[in-house]
Amino acid sequence: MSTMTPVALAGVVGRGVLRSRVVAALTSPHGVDRYLELINPMWAADEVRARVIGVRRETDGDAPVATLTLQPTSTWRGHRAGQYVQVGVDLPGSAKRLTRCFTISSAASMPGETITLTVRAHDEGQVSKFLVREAREGQILHLSQAQGEFTLDESPATPTNNHLVFITGGSGITPAMSMVRTLLRDGYDGTAGRRVTFLHFARSVEDQIFAAELAEVAEQDNGVAVHLRYGDHVFSEFELRRLVPDFRDVDTWACGPAGLMELIHQAYGESPRLRTEFFKPPRTSAGSAEGDVDFSVSGVEAANTGETLLEQAEALGLKPEFGCRMGICFSCTARKTDGTVRNVLTGVESSLPDEDIQICVTAPLGDCSVDL
Amino acid sequence: MTAAPTYPEALLESVDLDETRRLTAEELEQFGAEMDAIRQRILADLGEADATYIRNVLKTQRGFEVAGRLLFYLPPAWPLAVASLSISKILENMEIGHNVMHGQYDWMGDPGLNSRMYDWDNVCPGEQWKYSHNYIHHTFTNIVGKDRDIGYGILRMDEDQKWHPYYLGNPLYAFLLMVFFEWGVAMHDLEVENIVQGKRKLEENKSLHAGIMRKVKRQALKDYVLFPALTGPLFPLTFAGNVVANLVRNVWAFNIIFCGHFPAGVATFSEEECENETRGHWYYRQLLGSANIDGGRLMHLMSGNLSHQIEHHLFPDLPARRYPEIAGEVREICQRYGLQYNTGPLHKQLLSVGKKICRMALPPRGGA
Repeated sequence: MSTMTPVALAGVVGRGVLRSRVVAALTSPHGVDRYLELINPMWAADEVRARVIGVRRETDGDAPVATLTLQPTSTWRGHRAGQYVQVGVDLPGSAKRLTRCFTISSAASMPGETITLTVRAHDEGQVSKFLVREAREGQILHLSQAQGEFTLDESPATPTNNHLVFITGGSGITPAMSMVRTLLRDGYDGTAGRRVTFLHFARSVEDQIFAAELAEVAEQDNGVAVHLRYGDHVFSEFELRRLVPDFRDVDTWACGPAGLMELIHQAYGESPRLRTEFFKPPRTSAGSAEGDVDFSVSGVEAANTGETLLEQAEALGLKPEFGCRMGICFSCTARKTDGTVRNVLTGVESSLPDEDIQICVTAPLGDCSVDL
Repeated sequence: MTAAPTYPEALLESVDLDETRRLTAEELEQFGAEMDAIRQRILADLGEADATYIRNVLKTQRGFEVAGRLLFYLPPAWPLAVASLSISKILENMEIGHNVMHGQYDWMGDPGLNSRMYDWDNVCPGEQWKYSHNYIHHTFTNIVGKDRDIGYGILRMDEDQKWHPYYLGNPLYAFLLMVFFEWGVAMHDLEVENIVQGKRKLEENKSLHAGIMRKVKRQALKDYVLFPALTGPLFPLTFAGNVVANLVRNVWAFNIIFCGHFPAGVATFSEEECENETRGHWYYRQLLGSANIDGGRLMHLMSGNLSHQIEHHLFPDLPARRYPEIAGEVREICQRYGLQYNTGPLHKQLLSVGKKICRMALPPRGGA
């Protein structure tokens, strides 16, 4: 029989009460979290927040990498290895909360357990720069639950004959790292319990994330073979075939920059064993009306005419919601996932990904993707 | 020799020209540009001070709310409990709900202060209110026949609304609307007057009914069942207290809102004169179609800064705390262009509104 300390029991009961329908009705229409957050940001009934409890620099240089250890609120439902999480950061000075996705680098977690994010500070990434350079212990972050289907679907606790392959490039290593860590943590007798081939491409030795841990993993007799490649050494089918002769019939997880992913796709052809996750590099705009506008929900893409997004959508036969058509009523607000846009009233340009825009007064500059 | 000024056709036939000037097309454009400049300047300046302000108002409101709910356990403190809860509901509906749902704080990226997520402590579903308010009322402000906020489909508030014996009840309807204001706001989207006139079909309301019923049930369950029940034997007292708090909010909100567009001197417009409207003309219409209430900081806070209805209508999506800051500048621009800037203390504006409600009950002098 399992026993519980009084404190843990009180916690369970308290959470049950906070999530009850009665409390939801009493706090309607705002919800209990809108009250709890005013007392303590780590108290929540539905939403997920996390406190930074550790920051470790992984690499230095132009685009340094750091690993943040996070203690999520008790609402965290845990994650499967390979999943990512949306992280909202209240950037100091601007009062703006920006939200971006980051892959969880720690092994699969149970509800309420700590997780780690390993983040590279991109020059144009305000959130990644903040997390790597400025985040400190005690900082509160806003999280989503774990998301994504690029996950380890093998049970680490059951040793098998299945051979697994991970091919990653740059910071695309994080989901694979979470999977390997999960296999080794939960696997049979400290081993992965199966044969694992881990092929990773980094810009240079200095840019190698998890270098020490990877060296340790490579050294031990645990079933995991680690192959690190640096600089100009690009992926080739020839090399992969030498490491894994029947690679097209082996479950493979690949994640990395566009160039690498293209080569991997060519090598695997139509093989259903290949699972990929693609990190989009930020697009730079030519600052003109050229390029394509992608209305991603409708699946319609057309050449950018330079008109407002609402006009362009309507010209293509879409019927987005709208009201005033002059930028005051916010009826037409939609999410721009990618690209540079210009507010036709203010002339202000913005290239932020995942930004809510009023499509009646916003015109795309170059390529642009909108959730419409 | 200078060329004769050209005026936009038929513009402002209804405006009292003793109080305000007609602007030439060119002046309208300049006027619009000056307003745009204010808007741009404030937008560029939005930041931590605005975020801190709204979060502090929110904390204050939540404080009054919790205090109000708790004080009902102490029967002698009943008046205090009612006062606390009334203040909470007024702050939540006006300075927080109205302004957040206008999108004034969308730039912060905080889901808790986002116009698409927020719903207010009021029986009217925020989703429906945003359509009739942000879009219809703020786009077509004071255009008779388009802005359904002129009399809310119940009252006669303008000479251009044709008189009918029904309007003899104008003062009574206004009184009832004041008492049941949140219910009136909730029913507003159903456009009952258009259904009576056969302009709208009952089926068109089906989708709205579900939303209203859901919200009404939640609000009623909270205020009239659960919180009273939680106080056990004090149920009747708590129930009555919650009724009074909702009533106080209704009366206050009604009065503030009626002072925004109905005092004497506020202009209304015809659909024709607003066809092909320029941005400058739109600003001009917002200015002449709104009226302010003089007062101090408390007045501004408790009215959700709708004491600056003029600034709110010129810049509905700027954080309301900025309105007092730009009011002086707006007023100075109006003076320069010879335009009326309608403002007065609460009692004066209320008296003016009351007179209008009564005057409009009667047929126009000289026969309809």
